[in-house]
Formats: sequence, structure tokens, C-alpha cells
Amino acid sequence: MNKLRSKYIYFAVVLIGFIYILRLFQIQVLDDKYVNIAERISLRKQTVYPQRGLIFDRNKKLIVYNDPVYDLMVSVPIRLKGIDTAAFCQLLQIEREEFDTRLAKAKRASYRGKSVFQKNITNLIYARVQERLFEFNGFFFEIRQDRNYKYNSAAHLLGYLGEVNRNELKAQSEVYYEQGDFNGKKGVERFYENELRGVKGEEYFYVDKFGVARGSYKEGKLDREAIDGNNLLLSIDIALQQYGEKLLDNKMGSVVAIEPQTGEILALISSPFYNPEKFNIQNRGKFYNMAINDPTKPIFNRAVSAPYPPGSTFKPVMALLGIEDGAISKNTHFGCQGYYRLGRRIIKCHGHTFSTSLQRSIASSCNTYYCNTFKNMMQLEKYKNTEAAYNSWQTYLRSFGIGNKLGIDISGEYRGWLKDAAFYDKMHGAGRWNYARIISLSFGQGELGLTPLQIANIAASIANKGYYYTPHVVRQLENMESIPEKYLVKNYTMISPDNFDPVIEGMQEVTISGTAAHIAIPGINIAGKTGTVQNPHGKNHSAYMAFAPVENPKIAIAVVVEEAGYGSAWAAPIAHLMIERYLMGDSIGPSAREYLEKKMIDSDLIPYKYKSSRNKSLYGK
Amino acid sequence: MESKSRIDILSLILFVAIAALGVASVYSATYELGAESILEGRSGKQLMWFGVSAAIGVIIFLLNANFFEFFSMYFYVALMLLLVVVLGIGSDINGARSWIKIGSISIQPSEFAKYGTAFAVSTLLSSIDFSWNKGKDLIKIAAVILLPMGLIILQGDTGSALVFLSFFLVFYREGLTPAIIVIGLVAVIIFVLTLMFTSMYFSGGVVVLFLIFYAFTYSNKKLLIPSLRILGIVVLFSLSVQFLFDNVLQKHQQKRIQVTLNLIEDNQGAGYNVNQSKIAIGSGGASGKGFLNGSHTKGNFIPEQETDFIFCTIGEEGGWVYSTLTIGLFMAFILRLYHLGNRAKKKFKRIFICSLASIIFFHVIVNVGMTIGLMPVIGIPLPLISYGGSSVLAFCIFILTALKMDASRDGDLVSTYA
Repeated sequence: MNKLRSKYIYFAVVLIGFIYILRLFQIQVLDDKYVNIAERISLRKQTVYPQRGLIFDRNKKLIVYNDPVYDLMVSVPIRLKGIDTAAFCQLLQIEREEFDTRLAKAKRASYRGKSVFQKNITNLIYARVQERLFEFNGFFFEIRQDRNYKYNSAAHLLGYLGEVNRNELKAQSEVYYEQGDFNGKKGVERFYENELRGVKGEEYFYVDKFGVARGSYKEGKLDREAIDGNNLLLSIDIALQQYGEKLLDNKMGSVVAIEPQTGEILALISSPFYNPEKFNIQNRGKFYNMAINDPTKPIFNRAVSAPYPPGSTFKPVMALLGIEDGAISKNTHFGCQGYYRLGRRIIKCHGHTFSTSLQRSIASSCNTYYCNTFKNMMQLEKYKNTEAAYNSWQTYLRSFGIGNKLGIDISGEYRGWLKDAAFYDKMHGAGRWNYARIISLSFGQGELGLTPLQIANIAASIANKGYYYTPHVVRQLENMESIPEKYLVKNYTMISPDNFDPVIEGMQEVTISGTAAHIAIPGINIAGKTGTVQNPHGKNHSAYMAFAPVENPKIAIAVVVEEAGYGSAWAAPIAHLMIERYLMGDSIGPSAREYLEKKMIDSDLIPYKYKSSRNKSLYGK
Repeated sequence: MESKSRIDILSLILFVAIAALGVASVYSATYELGAESILEGRSGKQLMWFGVSAAIGVIIFLLNANFFEFFSMYFYVALMLLLVVVLGIGSDINGARSWIKIGSISIQPSEFAKYGTAFAVSTLLSSIDFSWNKGKDLIKIAAVILLPMGLIILQGDTGSALVFLSFFLVFYREGLTPAIIVIGLVAVIIFVLTLMFTSMYFSGGVVVLFLIFYAFTYSNKKLLIPSLRILGIVVLFSLSVQFLFDNVLQKHQQKRIQVTLNLIEDNQGAGYNVNQSKIAIGSGGASGKGFLNGSHTKGNFIPEQETDFIFCTIGEEGGWVYSTLTIGLFMAFILRLYHLGNRAKKKFKRIFICSLASIIFFHVIVNVGMTIGLMPVIGIPLPLISYGGSSVLAFCIFILTALKMDASRDGDLVSTYA
């Protein structure tokens, strides 16, 4: 009997061994569920953020560089144990309740995975916490690149970074961004996002149950190194930019300066401006609402987004169109009694000699001359009716980039206002309107809105006698053969080159014997045109458009100062000071024009109604 | 008549192989990046205990072949005294008062108690007038086993106490009626069903079954009374199980049982260990992640991974190949030990060696079973593999004593195989 029983025992041993081996086969070989769970639990992918491309000005001066920000992460919030919470809170300078709230939030976000405990930790606190981090199992830092700035300047143009939002995450065709990544939100940061961002790398770690890294996965075979972003060389001259900002300080308005031969933007200023540092990742939270609530709209990029009626700065364009279309000739004179009569309506003009040539009409900004020109144009026999004549006029303007987006490489560009004939048909009835209804377009008022960028582009087109390069702020992109193709082709206006000469002569007279003669710059021939833009909401806008030197234009510029008064009083001096600074560089002392410069810098032209609610801390260091 | 000692080479090879696997596993389970060699740390200590065991083994082999049989009951008494002492002066580790501290070394007497009990059982069962039919003998044998079990439960170490159930295999081998084992199995089934459905539903179900049974057999009046009796016993047992479970077992013990029976899902609390250990073993795949490369082991996700849950390290880093090898080695070793027991000429030796085989068998079933979710979590070590001086030393001495008994069998008189 016992022999049999010991055989049963042998059998039981073998049977159970067999069952166990089969069970192990099931969970180890057949079922891959456990492999996945194990990887989820003990494998952590750490993103390695590349250095975002640096940004330089045209003289290779560094403007934007990277500044690491640290996010304190907590891994596996459910398993935090044995941490000296009091010491931890003290290090981070937070209250105990705050600690608990954040931990609860982290748990809700991810029970087992990592989540953010505190975002954007300053260098100082980072250094302090990092030193003692080993005491706090389960906490670790993720390092990302925030921006910082060498100059308190060019904020609108540079733009800023922010976290990718949900729509951007959804919209990406190839998955690159993850929740919490930064991307460019405005300005060149946005436009050149793909070039600047580089390529993220990845490292795989094993972590222990506290989330502490324990070594690399498969000896780093799956790791990928980050590739740094391309550096960006901008066309702006940071010194000129800063100078312009100084001149526009405490004013609302804009300056755009373009190099006509290339279309490169030399300076692009919108005022009021803000310190770009206040809008980086670390600081924006504190300043964003302040900026939004400021009635002077400091984050609004007037240079590319704000449409202004061009006022008299539009007259050279009108003259060009009149000659090209045959409405006037280079030698046409119109008499002016100080007003233009339109039935019972009278359009006032300024005091100047009775008979005006084309050149004098520009120099003295004669409204009558352009009312006549416009009337002639609208009544030319080659056009069937006013609609046809108007549409032809409008088409000429579009060839200057008016009414269309030019295609500058910063975000937020606005196309401005330029209506077609159908608009007036709708307003007055088809065939029931003529030149008289829209006469104010002839001197840049009415349903016409140009951004300062578009006005500057007109100046550049005139300087080039008939063409422009699409304005752009990129000069060179590292690791790229060239800048985008569209910035290398000439866009021709519909005006023949010869027809520019009388207009340029007229614009030159503006600074010799015309509306801007009082601020002529000895030694530099400037062609300009002042503009005083009627503003139904307050004082007139002061506008000016110019290029220089006339013989070989190096800079074309447009200046608008809102609610400031005559173009000759503010916009023109600012433009001339900019031109002088750019062409003469530091070789000019402030001596000769010290008074003018000081007056521009020191004047506060912010309308009184806004003053009380402005916040200067946005601008300061 | 003294003859030369011939140690069983196959057992020795299996013994050393398992021990080597154990040291390597402990090394891996406690390995830290850039840490010490296998000779240092816990694996080094484990090796040292094997060294001490080898030295004791030499002494064991130098002893007279009949030494153990002669002093058998003294071993038992001495080790039982140690169990009493530990209750008085022992120190608490993990809620169990199972350790005696001598200097820097902690000794766990419950590990040695199995050794002592095996002596007492062998002595009792091999005495000439022992019979399973004598009440006095049954009481004696029950006392010999229940004494250490009770003392160990008092220490708070229920797992180690359960190990003494493995002697029932020996009793079966030595002629105890299998009815006891059958009743035991039925009891386990009732136990499980009761916990799954509560005793009320279980009893209701049994009564319904009984009525159906009665409907088919009502003509046979003789069956009624005995079947009613059985019904009563089953229902009473179920009710008492419910009562004991709810009122006697502690919360964590209830949970462990419920988790094993899949009655509750609790991967954070009581089920945490089992869940993590299944993940570790399951993620090992067919061939494992490689020695020292187990991410789960290295991440310290499994508590007690160098002691009770050492099998996770083997399963994760060695995969199915090494898990199978480990189980194969154990099964071969256990079978070989049973074989050594069966070939012993003396009944004392046979029972002693079979006791050892049964104890190892029980340890392996329970320990490996709990890591792969087939058994509830009962904290007992995997023999020769789990880290721990007392366990290693006790098993080594146990095994070497058994091997010595086998080696000296030539001198024994032929005894009956009954």
C-alpha cells in the first residue's frame, strides 16, 4: 500500500510542477499584457528639448537667447512617502495647504504617471531645490527653453512663445508637439517656428517605484539626440530699432523702415510697446492681463495690423496714377484758390501759390490738385463709366500692395481697407455715384486704410521707381540655402519707371521748400511726403512717408503718430531723425539736431483719456 | 557495523545548483547600479551562510550515523524551547515576534522548528508499537505538530505555521487514511464557495441540491438519514467558516484570501504585491530581460523581492526558461529526496527524509504559487533561494542531515517497507 502511495506522491510532485510551468507559460509567453503594463510602470520617456534657434540683428548682434525654465514634476503621486513635507514647502516657498492641493491635482491628472507640480520655477529656487532633491523621492525637474532678451526692444516683431494649445495639438499633421510644449505664438517666433524649434530628442529610463531614474533602457538604443534649432539673422538694425522706440516713447503710433533694394525691414516699431522679457514664459502670466486691459493696446502690433487712412502721404501715389492713366501729364498745372469747389461743398486747401505744378502740389500738399486729378481720372473717356474708372484706379493701387497682405514674415498682418466699385454700388446704388461721392479718396481720406507697413512699402516702391520686394525681417537662416523664395522676387507696380521722376522731384521739394523743409537734414537728400490724417475720434494723426538718399535710396520709411496733429510736426521729424541715424550711424553727434531729438523723445502724446489707465511696468526692466 | 559514507551525488548537484541560482537571484534582486560585487552586500551574506552550512555539514558527516536517531527528541525539545523563548525576548520585525537577536545576527527559530518537528514525527511514527488506530498515538502525533504551530501562530507568523501541514503528506505516505485528505479537500471547497457566495446563499444552494437529490431517491428510505446528516454537517461547517472568517481572521488576512480567490480587486492594498509580482514575472517573456536587467526588480516595485518574492527576479530576468529551470530543479530535487527516503532501510530515516521532501514541496508550491497568483500571499521563503540566514541555515542543515542519513544507509538493518 505504501509503495503505491509513494507513487501517488511522485505523481503529485510532477503534476504540480507541470501545472506551474504551464501557468508560467501562460503569463510569460502567451499573454503580453504584463509586458505592456511593466513598460508603462517602469519605463519613462524623457523628452530632451533642443536649444531653440538664437535670433540676431543684421549686424549679428545677439537679440534673443535661451533661458532654461524648470518645471518641478512629481512622478507617481500616489507613492509619495517619507518626505519631509515641511522642509519641502519651505524650499519651494509654498504653504502646506498649497502642497496638498497641488498633489491632489497631480493625482487627478495622472495617478501613476508624471505630472507637473510647479511650473516655471526660477533659477534661484531651482538651484536651492535641486541641491536637496535626493531627499524628496518622486520629484524631478524637466528643463525647457524659455526666451530671454539682450535688448528691451522689438517685442512686437519678435513675438513670444507659449504652450501649444489644444487646437494646435489637434491640427498637427505629423505629431510633434505634446501637451506642455512651447511654440511661437506671435511675430517671427511664430512665423519661423519650424526653423527655430529644432527637433526634440528622447531618452528612455527605467524608474523605480518612486519615479527615480535607475538607468537607461536598452543601453540607450532607443534614445534620440535633440537637434538644435536654426539660428535666425534678422534684417532689423537693433540700434535703429531702439532709437525709433526712444523717439516713439509715450506716443501711440508706428515706424516702419525698409531697405528698398532688398525689401529688408530695418526697423519695425509699434508704440506703446512692452519689454519682451515681460512676455516670456516665466513672466507673461503676471503681465498678460495688464497688457490686455491697457486702452492704448500695447500688444497690438500697429505696424502691420492697424489700418490708417494715409492722408496726404497718398498724394504721390495719386500723382503717379494720374500720369500713368493719362489723367494728367508731367506738366499739368491746376489753379487753386485755397479750396476745391464741388457744387455747394468746399474742400479746403492750404495757403500756397495760385497755380501749382505737379511738383509743387506735392511739396505744398495741394488738395485741389488731386481733386482735379481724381476727377479727370474718373471721367477718362476710355472708361465706360465711373465704376470702370474706379476699378482701374483700385487695380493700380493693388499693384503697390495696397488692400492686400504684403506677406511679411511676422504674424498678424492686416490687408487694410480698399473697396471695389461694388461696395459703392451697394452703398449708393449702381450707376448712382460718381467721382464727387468719393473725392476724398484723392487725398487719402475716406474708405481707404493702409498699415504703416504698406505706406513704407509705397515709399520703397517709389524709391525703386516701380517695384518692391515683399518686405521681410529675415536676412539669413542658418542651415538654409536662402531665405524664402518669395522675398527674392521683384513685384512690379503698374507705373512705368519714367513717370516716377516728377513725383520724386516733388517729394524732394517737400524737404527743401515744402511742408518738411523746416526739418531738412543737411547733407542728405530726402524725398518725403507729410500727411495729416483726419480723425473723427480725436486729434489728427500725424503721418509721414519718405526715402533717402534720393540718388541711391538706402532707407524708405513710414511714420504714423496717432492723435498728434500735423504730419510735419511729429511724424516727419521722427522719420528724419531715423533716416539720419541710419545713414550717418554714430558719426553724427546729437549737437545739430539736439533740440528736435529731445523734443521728440520727451513729448508725451498719449491722449489724456488713456493716461490714467496706462501701466508703465510693462515697459520697464 | 560502520561503513563508509557515500553521499548521493545527484542530490548534492541539485542542492548546489539551486543554491547557486539563489545567490545569483539575491545578488540581482538587491543590485544597485554601480554597486558591490556578488561577494558583498546581501548576496555576500547569503554566500557566507552557505559557507557556514558547509562547515556544519562537515561536522554532520563526521558524526556517528545513529547520532540523530538517538538524540532525536532532544532536538525537538530544544527547538520548541527556543520557540517559547522567542515569545519572551524576541524582537518584532514586520509585525511578527519571530526573531532572537544575538549581537548583530537575528535568528528565526520557526525556521529550525520544522527540523526539530521532523525528528519528533520520525521518532513517533517509527516506534515499534505505533498505530494509526490508537487514539493515544493520534493524540501524541497531533500534539507534536500542533505545539510548534500554536507557538508560531502566537508569534504572529501564520504562514510559517501552515508549513507544518506538509507533515500530512508524510502521514499519508505512512498509512493515514486518505479520507482525511478527501475531507480536507471538501472542506476547502466549501470554504471557498462560502466566501464567494456567503454562507446563506451557499446553504440555500446545498438545500436545493439536496431536495433535487431527494426527489430522485425518495423511494430509497435508507439514504435519507445519512444524507440529512451530511447536509447538516456541510451547512454547519459553512456557517462556522463564515463566522470564523468574519470574526477571527484579521482584516489583512481576510483580504489576502479574497484577493487570491479573485473576490475583490485590490491592486493597491492587499493585492499590490501579487499584482506587481505577476507583472514582473509576466513581463519576463520567454527568455527574460537578462541578468541584472529586470526593470521591475530594479525599480523596487515588489516589496520583499529578495526574500519571499525572489521568484519574481528569476521570472523577470530569466523568463520562462529560467522559471521552468527553477521549478524543474526543485521538482527533481524533491523527487530525488523522496527516492532517498524510500530507499532508506530504517523507518526513522525514511520518515525524516520524506518529511524534508514534503516541507520543501510545500514551500515551493506556496511560494511560487503566490507570486503567480495561484496561492494566497503566505509569507514563507523559497528554500535555498530566498535571502535569509535562518532559512538558508535551517534548510541546509536539514538537507545535509538527510543526506548523511542516506549516505550511511549501508550499515542499517533492512526494515520492513510497511
